[in-house]
Amino acid sequence: MNLKDVLEKASFLIPALLLIFTFVIYPTIATILLSFNINLIPGVNLVEGSTSLENYVKVLTSEEFINPTGLRTSSFPMGAIVHNVIWILIHLPATTILGLLLAVFLQNIKGSSIIRSMIFLGMVIPMVVGALMIAFSFNKDMGIVPSIFKCLGILSLYKTWTSYPDTALLSLIIGSIWLWTGFSVTLYSAGLASIPKELIEAAKIDGAPFRVILFKIIIPLLRPVTVTVVAMTILWVLKIFDIVYVATRGGPGGASMVMALLMWDYFARMNAYTLSATIATLLTIIVLPVVILWIRYATRGE
Amino acid sequence: MKSLIRMLREFKMTPVKWLIANTIAWLIGFVWILPFIGIFMASIRPFEELVEGWWNFASFHPTLEKYYEALFHPYYPLWRGLINSLIITVPSTIIPVLLAAMASYAFARFSFPIKNYLFLTMLFIMAVPQQMMVIPLFFMMNSIGLLDTYLGLILIHSSWGIPWITFFLRNYFSMIPKEYEEAALVDGATYWQIFTRIVFPVSLPGIISAAVLQFAWVWNDFFFALVFLLSPEKYVATRILPSLKGEYHVDWGLLSAGSILVMLIPVLLYFALNKYYIRGFTGWALKG
Repeated sequence: MNLKDVLEKASFLIPALLLIFTFVIYPTIATILLSFNINLIPGVNLVEGSTSLENYVKVLTSEEFINPTGLRTSSFPMGAIVHNVIWILIHLPATTILGLLLAVFLQNIKGSSIIRSMIFLGMVIPMVVGALMIAFSFNKDMGIVPSIFKCLGILSLYKTWTSYPDTALLSLIIGSIWLWTGFSVTLYSAGLASIPKELIEAAKIDGAPFRVILFKIIIPLLRPVTVTVVAMTILWVLKIFDIVYVATRGGPGGASMVMALLMWDYFARMNAYTLSATIATLLTIIVLPVVILWIRYATRGE
Repeated sequence: MKSLIRMLREFKMTPVKWLIANTIAWLIGFVWILPFIGIFMASIRPFEELVEGWWNFASFHPTLEKYYEALFHPYYPLWRGLINSLIITVPSTIIPVLLAAMASYAFARFSFPIKNYLFLTMLFIMAVPQQMMVIPLFFMMNSIGLLDTYLGLILIHSSWGIPWITFFLRNYFSMIPKEYEEAALVDGATYWQIFTRIVFPVSLPGIISAAVLQFAWVWNDFFFALVFLLSPEKYVATRILPSLKGEYHVDWGLLSAGSILVMLIPVLLYFALNKYYIRGFTGWALKG
């Protein structure tokens, strides 16, 4: 291998690596260091205290992050990280199960690709638009959801959901399920198409009921899809920002605050850069195990 | 009709069951796009009709007034936002797709030290939240004069897009048979000639898939645009849209018309290039 050869090969990689290093890796490292009060950014000084863990103590004990009063009385706000966890606990099973069942159900439907496209639209549009549609649908004067509850005679839910602490987060979670189900339906449909038809036919001929086919054949064979759907859904929910920013701004009174938005609040509204960096780092630390598990799964056998 | 009978026989379904299943399926699809129908109605109907419910058609006087208002809003004209979005999105699609295609070729065909570590790093970066890099980037951009410029945001979007496109295209390239390339090498072609004349053209469907998804991602992005573009005349469409809310009362007609205009391009792209879109989407998530 001569020098010319090495240079030619390197020229394929260097532009991409240069951009990634300058605009992704270096800032990521700088953010981690900033959370420990170490300034790596030339030209400005964003650090006031000395190198320590004080930012972590401050964030982890702040009511915006975890709110003991809210948790004890189980009323909102409960703190950004708790809201993220609640979001995952509702959203993850809902979209995964809904996605699987819809994909199976739609298999034998005439025009199923059109219906799938209708469900997938939520993934195509900007989240900002999705957020406005959520706010619209849960609005007392405009939206269909409060009106349905009015017709049902449940007047306590005939209100603008996003404006009240007890319903704000819930309405965003329901909205995010609506937007995200297209993701799991599409992946599961692609997975189903790869299952050999003979397998299911044979089971049918043997007289296996649908329940058995679903649990003994379809679900085990779709395991790789499920891993991807679960991992991506958790990552998406943890990083959720646009929907909350546009629909509620984390309000009312922090009742729908999430970590990504809290980070932005500290950064842009309070100029508390080290605290903001700490929240970003915590968010990444929480995301990390999911990423590692998914990478190990995605690169298995390589 | 013949195919219908065949289908019924195949799934051992009675016509009644078939009809019920299909009705339910279409109802589900309908429920899913209700919010879309809702804001579409809100965008074309006057306020007096909207307060009766957009689903109430006792009186119906459609108008395009709100679209005009949104496009030529006195403080936040959406036409400018849409143009700014295009100015940002087109280069933020071309640059990372080209650079990532080159890198993927290297990952798929060359062997060099630390290759696997580099590739793993790329995978990790794919999942790191955007929040993780904006604080240092904000001040870096400021000190080199790229804050609040199109170029600055384009560079950030490009760098952010490279890892996932590399991941996607490397898988695509590894599935292409190597025979042609090996023959070309024997004939004395350079790697660049092989890349530009064989690998790139042959992989065009995969490259289009990556480009479509990257385009949609950048167009739909809100967070980077929020942090790095500060002057209102540079706001992209997704950034302008929430500003149309108004200070004291929410003008749903205006917001709805704006929403339709902002989602138009990604939705059209999705329907026009559906095959590429879905392939990129599932390929991104399911590996090949």
